[in-house]
Amino acid sequence: MDFLNTLLIGITAGSIYSLMAISMVLVWRSTRVVNFAQAGMALLSTYFGFEAVTRLGSFWIALPVAMVGGALVAALVEMILIRLLVKHSSSGPIAGVAPIIATLGLLGVIRASTSMIWGGQDVRIVGPVSNDGYTINGTTLVFSPLKLLILLTVLVLMLILSLVFQKTNIGLALRASAYSPEIARLSGIKVDWVRTLGWALAGAAGAVAGMFQTVNGNGTLSPDSIEFSLLLVSGFIAAVIGGLDSLIGAVIGGLVLGLMISFVLMYISSGLFFIAPFVILLLVLFIRPQGIFGAKAARRA
Amino acid sequence: MTLTVSNLTVHHGAICAVNQVSLTVPAGKLAAIIGSNGAGKTTLLRTLSGLKHPTQGEISWNGENIVGTKPEMLVRRGISHVGEGKSVVPELTVKENLELGAIWRRNNQESKESIENVVSIFPRLGERINQRSDTLSGGERQMLAIGRAIMSKPQLLLLDEPSLGLAPLVVEQIFQTIRDLTNSMNLTVLLVEQNAMGALKIADLGIVLNLGSVAVAGSASALIDDPAVRSAYLGY
Repeated sequence: MDFLNTLLIGITAGSIYSLMAISMVLVWRSTRVVNFAQAGMALLSTYFGFEAVTRLGSFWIALPVAMVGGALVAALVEMILIRLLVKHSSSGPIAGVAPIIATLGLLGVIRASTSMIWGGQDVRIVGPVSNDGYTINGTTLVFSPLKLLILLTVLVLMLILSLVFQKTNIGLALRASAYSPEIARLSGIKVDWVRTLGWALAGAAGAVAGMFQTVNGNGTLSPDSIEFSLLLVSGFIAAVIGGLDSLIGAVIGGLVLGLMISFVLMYISSGLFFIAPFVILLLVLFIRPQGIFGAKAARRA
Repeated sequence: MTLTVSNLTVHHGAICAVNQVSLTVPAGKLAAIIGSNGAGKTTLLRTLSGLKHPTQGEISWNGENIVGTKPEMLVRRGISHVGEGKSVVPELTVKENLELGAIWRRNNQESKESIENVVSIFPRLGERINQRSDTLSGGERQMLAIGRAIMSKPQLLLLDEPSLGLAPLVVEQIFQTIRDLTNSMNLTVLLVEQNAMGALKIADLGIVLNLGSVAVAGSASALIDDPAVRSAYLGY
């Protein structure tokens, strides 16, 4: 029973990491920027979700509200900050890192702003269903209706995303702009807008990750929430495991990470909570620096 | 529709890559631009398609100055550029690469018809339609790159070294196809080539670029017979 429990918890947490990793990958593919503000943007979106839950009383309305809010914030950040930085720092030693450092600054700005608007105290988001574990043969699992719902929702969202990427013209434009921006432009694609769209999708994915991370945890939200720091680190590690360039890699990277953490905590020591992800990251970087799905092979999706 | 370039100058930083170039390609004609490495051929082509900004000069297409227009907008005005080195997206399938060329039309029906048209020109692409384009041979990739450009239904086709790295037999096929397309689609074509002889044989006009400037220009057959051009670029 322990094994099943550990497996299910790992997959649920992993699916949230996958979403976060997807948002990192989407941003990386559109603008070649590692976005340290991704968790900050997810935090802000989750506050939007909190406002919607509080006012409208439904988690299922709040989730799309958070997604739209997250998409808008991300699109604005790309249009105002990243586009200018990439354009103006096109040469010199700091060219490559300027946008990345800017996202670190942005993370601070977003955290400070949320704390100014919503205060430093915890606020609560109530999940749509119970987080009390299922009982099988008298044993109570940690796996709950909420976790099942999270898993299913993430699955559906990923299915939609992959359909959009594989079957629509917008998906084709997103992929072509990521792989060969010049050929995309010569084919008539307005690559600047496609980049903004990539950021917007990333913002929406991050918002879902933020909402689920909050309700899957203890349900509380605060500007300096440890859950969100963890989300950033885990999302980044999952993205790196997957090769940073591949959406399928991000999904698998998230699940692998979730499962590994879950099993390490269960069978080795629960004291390794903060160390395990970094050890896993180091192992991946040493053994397969290009990620499991690294290099061009996985750039299909 | 006529392409007219007047006094075009383009810089790479401090280096002047194209210097006061003027040339005219009348509608429906195929012009070959030849010259050695570093003569400014690629830079000229990239400026014509909007990828690079000129320092000064004018580019007139269909009577309008197109300097400063972005490449994605120039496609909509009938200018298609096939970049150097088999300009395809390796991660996409053959079909997706072709669809890319017509994506700005937002008309899937028309796109399908254009794909059928391209496949009738290049049957090999039809056989490999669902393969990833990095599994294609060099020649097939060049066909795909030209096919993608044709998908946009261009009036002006800019080709950058389509013969690069291809076997002689394939080069001949590609050149013949370019000539055929020029006639059948009534295209205006600017063909940049290091393979001077091959290019001049199919071209109507020839332009020799040397260190960023036009050294000689005239009818392609006159250039082939020009002793100076022969010894410098044709090697006999």
